[in-house]
Amino acid sequence: MKAAVVSFPGSNCDDDLIWALETVCHQAATKVLASATTLDGFDLVLLPGGFSYGDYLRSGAIAKFAPIMAAVRDFAAAGGYVIGICNGFQILTEAGLLPGALQANTSLEFRCAQAPLVVANAETAFSNAYADGATITLPIAHGEGNYYADPATLAALEANHQVVFRYADNPNGSLNDIAGIVNAQGNVLGMMPHPERAVEALLGGTDGLGVFDSLMAATKGEPHVQHA
Amino acid sequence: MSNTLSPEAVQEQKPYLQWGLTEAEYDRYAALLGRLPTYTEIGLASGMWSEHCAYKYSKPVLKTFWTHNDRVLMGPGEGAGVIDIGEGKAVVFKAESHNHPSAVEPYEGAATGVGGIIRDIFSIGAKPIAVLDALAFGDPQDPHQKQLIDGVVAGIGDYGNAIGIPNLGGEVRFSAAYTKNPLVNAMCVGVMDKAKIQKGKAAGVGNALIYVGAKTGRDGINGASFASAEFSAEEAADRSAVQVGDPFMEKLVMDACLEVTRDYQDQLVGMQDMGAAGLVSSTVEMAGKANSGMVLNLDLIPQREPNMTPFEIMLSESQERMMLCVQSGAEDAIIAVFKRYDLDAVVCGHVESGHRYRLLHRGEVVCDVPVSALTTDAPVYHQASRKPARLADPAPHWQPVIDDARATLEALLQDPNVADKRCIFRRYDAQVQTNTVLAPGADAGVVRVRGTHRALAMTADSNGRYLALDPEIGGAITVAEAARNLVATGAEPLGITDCLNYGDPTKPEMFYELAESAKGIVAATKALNTPVISGNVSLYNETSGVAIDPTPMIGMVGLIEDLTAIGTPGFKQGADWIYLIGETRADFDGSLLQVLETGGVAGSLRPLDLVAEKRNQDLVLAAIRGHLTTASHDVADGGLLVALAEMSFPAGIGATLDVALPQAQLFAESQGRFLVTVPQNHQAAFEALAGPLATRIGTTGGADLVVQALDGRVAAPVAALKQLNLEGLACQLK
Repeated sequence: MKAAVVSFPGSNCDDDLIWALETVCHQAATKVLASATTLDGFDLVLLPGGFSYGDYLRSGAIAKFAPIMAAVRDFAAAGGYVIGICNGFQILTEAGLLPGALQANTSLEFRCAQAPLVVANAETAFSNAYADGATITLPIAHGEGNYYADPATLAALEANHQVVFRYADNPNGSLNDIAGIVNAQGNVLGMMPHPERAVEALLGGTDGLGVFDSLMAATKGEPHVQHA
Repeated sequence: MSNTLSPEAVQEQKPYLQWGLTEAEYDRYAALLGRLPTYTEIGLASGMWSEHCAYKYSKPVLKTFWTHNDRVLMGPGEGAGVIDIGEGKAVVFKAESHNHPSAVEPYEGAATGVGGIIRDIFSIGAKPIAVLDALAFGDPQDPHQKQLIDGVVAGIGDYGNAIGIPNLGGEVRFSAAYTKNPLVNAMCVGVMDKAKIQKGKAAGVGNALIYVGAKTGRDGINGASFASAEFSAEEAADRSAVQVGDPFMEKLVMDACLEVTRDYQDQLVGMQDMGAAGLVSSTVEMAGKANSGMVLNLDLIPQREPNMTPFEIMLSESQERMMLCVQSGAEDAIIAVFKRYDLDAVVCGHVESGHRYRLLHRGEVVCDVPVSALTTDAPVYHQASRKPARLADPAPHWQPVIDDARATLEALLQDPNVADKRCIFRRYDAQVQTNTVLAPGADAGVVRVRGTHRALAMTADSNGRYLALDPEIGGAITVAEAARNLVATGAEPLGITDCLNYGDPTKPEMFYELAESAKGIVAATKALNTPVISGNVSLYNETSGVAIDPTPMIGMVGLIEDLTAIGTPGFKQGADWIYLIGETRADFDGSLLQVLETGGVAGSLRPLDLVAEKRNQDLVLAAIRGHLTTASHDVADGGLLVALAEMSFPAGIGATLDVALPQAQLFAESQGRFLVTVPQNHQAAFEALAGPLATRIGTTGGADLVVQALDGRVAAPVAALKQLNLEGLACQLK
C-alpha cells in the first residue's frame, strides 16, 4: 500500500500518521504538501489532523481551496481511498466530499479524551478488520467535532449504512452519536477520533490498528489505478 | 508622551520614570554613554534594565544557584538549558512566567506565555515535545477567578493544541494568596541531537541579521517593564502592554527554523527568539554574547502599522518573531526556506566591528550606544534583607483533632488542590506527536524519545504554603517534591528549570524570602544532583502592597532508561503488598489539612532531611527499575490517606491497611515519603533492597479503602471517594 499524507500549513498530525503507517504498519507513506497538484501512484490519501491554515474563519474552510484538493477530488472520484481524520474530516465536509458539517462541541470546549466507540459498519474498506458492533477505544482531541446534517441527509446516511463509528458516550453533541462516516460510494471516510494515536500498546492501546489493517486488506494485491 | 523629545527634554521631563527606570539609573546610563541619552536610547535601557531582562535585583541570588554537573551541556544564559540524555540525544527545557499579562488579559496572556517558551526551545535547535504549566489561582468558586481560570486554560489549550505540542499537565493550585496575582508559569521541553546545539550569538563582521516571522506591531510595547512593576488596582489601563498570539504563525516559524537548523548548521551563526523587550533584547544580547558590534536599519523591519517610532519598533513584544545571524553569502538560501513557509524574512542589519549598537531610522542614527551599556553594564542591586515579622515568632505547632477521619478524607479529596484536574487537562491535547506514555493525571508526564529505548518524565511543582512558613525549608521541599514526582514514574531526576515568583524585591522582607528560598533550592539541587539549567524571575507579584506567598516553581525533567520500567500510581491487582517508605511524624504546620481546618497556615516546618530524601528516592527508583513494584506514588498534599485513595482510583481497586500511627497522622505532610505496591512473589527481593526504609502496611484488593490506625478506623467505598474527587473541582468551576 502506498499512502500519501497531505500536509497543509498548520497540519500537526501528518508526522504521526506517517509514523503509524511506516513504523508500525510497515507501509510506504509519503508527505505531500498542500501546494502539490497530483496524487498519481498512491493507493490511499490521508488528510491529517491539526489546524490547517490556523483553522481561521472555520475549520477546514481555507484548506478546501488548497491546490492539492483538486487532486483529492479527482482521486476520490476515480474510486481511490481517502481518509480524513479530525481536521481532515472537517476539510472533507467543507470540500463537499462528505455530507454534513462539524460544529463546535456542545461543551464549547476542546476535548481530549479516550472515547469508547462502537463499530457501526464493519463492511467498509476502512473497518473490515473490526467485528460488527465491536466496542473500541480511540483518542479524541478536538473543539469542533459535533457532527450535524439535515434530517434528510442523516436519514440517507443511516439507510445506506454510511455511519462507520459511533460514540458510546457522546462527547461533543454529534447527531446520532456519529464519530465517522463514509460517502455513498464507500471510498471516502471521515472520522473525528484518531486511529493513528492508538497503534502502540506503550502509548495506551492498539484499537486504531484496525483502520490501517482494513485498508491494507482492501488495497492488497490490487494497487489503486489512478485515473488517466 | 511625545517621541520627539530632545535629549535635554528627556532629562528635564523624565519620561523614563513611567517605564520603570529611576533617576539614578538614568544618570548611570548617561555616564555610560558619556552624554545625554536620546528618547530612543533611554527607552531601550528601560526594557533592557528591567528586572525581566537584567535580573538586576535577583542576580546576586541567581549567582548562588548550582548550575553544572557532568551531564549539563549548556546552563543558564541562553534561550534554554541543555542536558545530555545519552544515545547522542539531549533534552532542552525552560520555564517562564506570564503572570502579569495573564492577570490583565487571561486568554492572550497565557497563550503568549506558551508561545514564548516554545520559541526558547526551538531557538536552541530542539524540537519541542511537551508543554507543562504551573498555575495558581484564588478561590475557584469566586466568579472573577472562574473567568480568569477559564481564560488562562483556554489560552494555553488553544495555543498548544494548534501548534501540535502535547500538554502534559503540570499543576494547578488554589489559594487566597493568588487571588489578585495569579501565577501562570509555562514550561517547554525539547529533544535534539546534541551535536546541533544553537546559541543566540551574532558573530563575524559582515554577517547578516535576518528578521523572521510575524510583523512588528504596537502590541506589548515595553511589556518587560510592565512585568517588572507592581500592579495598581486599576490594571485595565495596562491592557495594551499584553501581546496577542498566533499559533499558526508560530508553527510555521518553528518548522522553518528547525529546517534551517538542520540543513544550514554551518551557515547559521546564531538564533534567538524575540521575547521580553522584543527586537532590542534579542539583537543586543546576541551582540553581547559574541562581543560584537551591530547595526540595524529599522526601515527594513516588517511592520504591521504605519508610522511606528524607533521606540515602538524596538520595544514591541509582537509574538512569533525570531532573529537569526547567518554567514555572509548564505542569506538568500536561508531566506528561501522561510519564503517556502510564506513567512517574512529580511536582512535587517549586520554584525560590525567594534562594540557599538547602532540603529538607523529614516536616514538618521537614532541610537549609538555601547553594547555593554544595554547588557553587562546594567545595574545590579544588592538588596537589604529583613526577616518578615510573621516569621520571627512562629505560632506553636498545630495539632488537629480528628473526630471523623472519613469526613476529613472526603473533604481533602474534594479540596480543589487535591481534586481531579481532568476538567482542566482535558482541554489540552496530550497525545499529539504520538509519544505520550503518561498523560496528565499521573505523578509526572512521560514521553518516549523516538530512536532510543528511553523516555523523559517531567513535572512542574510549587508549594507556596510551605514557603509562607519558612522560605528556605519550603524552597528545598519544592525541589524534593518535584524529584519525588519523577522518581515515582521510574525516572532519575536530571535537572531543573525554575520560575521564581515573589513580591517587590525592593522591600527587604520580600528580598529575604527570595534569598532564603534560594538557599533551600541550592541545598536540595545539590543533594538530588539536579542542577538549575534555566529559568526566569517574576517579581512584583503584588497588588496594592499585598504580595503572593513566595512561590518558586520547579520544573524538573528526569530520565527513564528503560521503557518497560515505568511507574504509575494506580493499584493494578488485588493481593499486592503495600509499603510505605519514609517516616511519618506529626507534621501539620503548612499542611492542606491546616488550611482546611483553620483557614490558613501557621507554625514552623521541620527541616528537610535531604539525606533521607535522597536515600528514599534511590530506593524507589531501584525498585521500579528492578521491576519489583506494580504501582508507585509520592505522598504529598493531604498526606498518606489521600495518596492511598489516589492509588485506588484508576482501577477502582481498594486496600486494607493497618498503620501504627494515630489517625491524625494519616493526614500529616511529612516529607520524603512514597507508597509502592509489590506483588507477593517479589516481596523477598523488595524487602532485601529496602531494608528498614520500607514498612509493609497492607494489601490491595476489594472495593473499599479500609485503614486501621492506632486510635480509629477509616472505611469507605473507593467508588464513592473517587466520585467526590472527580467532582471536587469540576463542580466548583461550574
